[in-house]
Amino acid sequence: MARYDSLLDACGGTPLIGLPRLSPTVPDGAPPVRLWAKLEDRNPTGSIKDRTAMFMVRAAEAAGRLRPGDTILEPTSGNTGISLAMVAKLRGYRLVCVMPENVSAERVQLLRMYGAEIIFSPAAGGSNQAVAVAKQIAAEHPDWVMLFQYGNEANARAHYETTGPELLRDLPTITHFVAGLGTTGTLMGTGRYLREKVEAIQIVAAEPRYGELVYGLRNIDEGYVPELYDATVLSRRFSVGTRDAVLRTRQLVEVEGIFAGFSTGAILHAALAVAHEAVRDGRRADVAFVVCDGGWKYLSTGAYGGTLADAEEALEGQLWA
Amino acid sequence: MAIEVRIPTILRSYTGGAKVVEGSGETLADLLTDLDSRHGGLKGRLVTETGALHRFVNVYVNDEDVRFLGALDAKLSDGDSITILPAVAGGAFGFAAAAAIASHAASVAVAGSAGR
Repeated sequence: MARYDSLLDACGGTPLIGLPRLSPTVPDGAPPVRLWAKLEDRNPTGSIKDRTAMFMVRAAEAAGRLRPGDTILEPTSGNTGISLAMVAKLRGYRLVCVMPENVSAERVQLLRMYGAEIIFSPAAGGSNQAVAVAKQIAAEHPDWVMLFQYGNEANARAHYETTGPELLRDLPTITHFVAGLGTTGTLMGTGRYLREKVEAIQIVAAEPRYGELVYGLRNIDEGYVPELYDATVLSRRFSVGTRDAVLRTRQLVEVEGIFAGFSTGAILHAALAVAHEAVRDGRRADVAFVVCDGGWKYLSTGAYGGTLADAEEALEGQLWA
Repeated sequence: MAIEVRIPTILRSYTGGAKVVEGSGETLADLLTDLDSRHGGLKGRLVTETGALHRFVNVYVNDEDVRFLGALDAKLSDGDSITILPAVAGGAFGFAAAAAIASHAASVAVAGSAGR
């Protein structure tokens, strides 16, 4: 069935694609180790965040928090804003996004095209100022609704109810699930579902490690762990630097023809690590990982061409995942 | 035995500005004690009074989160590379701004309900 009553109904149900060329080769007679890519760029606005946005808006509607004509406020550095803008347009809400100046030009154009209003805050280095901007806006508009994806249970539930069941249906032999750790919603929701259904499943997080600018907090106590995060859902958690993320992003399109954003490269790096461990240990593995979005929005960074050192420099100080 | 440790910007006041320092130890706890002997005060910023890793500190051994490898009891080997980072993954902006607005909204909601 490939016919839907509206764009919102076409959210999810993304293909799971085998990667025969990127999967490690195993010695003769050893059990197979296979990589599978869940193509979340095939969602209505081109990223996994469509699932999150749709579930958060529906939950707010059901709870009476959102009524027609209301304004949604979202601090976002990208995909969630684009997804919310599409959902807001189709459900009759106004969306105001607060975002740092140092996001890519494509993201800003996309948001405006989908009808969102944007308020810029100073680049990530001055996070104190960004917080001040966000606080001020919230204070001036107490009636605006903030869905707060970092603490919204509907974000994780979207993946518990859709991403998880889709993976199990398409890959009943799944042994590892690998995804990016941002709001933690994908890993918490999908991870909980798979842990209930698949014995000894490994839930693996790949976390982007940015340049130093991004970590420029004044004090350890100003750190933040999303309310959704529950470490007991995870089996392992990898930190992936810019260079490895770029290398794997390029490898994915060169070897398997999948053109993805850099967060996907970070996830693939962790997926390859667990796949190679399985080969070393002589264990069977079906490793499914998330392709969060396509590479289109990141072309202007210039990080798809040139040397890895050039790419690393181009992404320095940027929130590339 | 030498283990390389990457220090985040906000903790370099303890290492005389050094980005990378070396230490030794059988476990992460041993390593932090060893580092503290030369960089006094560093351990106190990473480990709480109750002896656990600080909630907003992430420590990685060869790029893997040490909390999944035994935390402070994680075994270390010669040549391991340790990275210490503050917990802001996903972008300092998104997290900080979202948390600020949420706490503000909560305080407004409390004030509002108290006034009724």
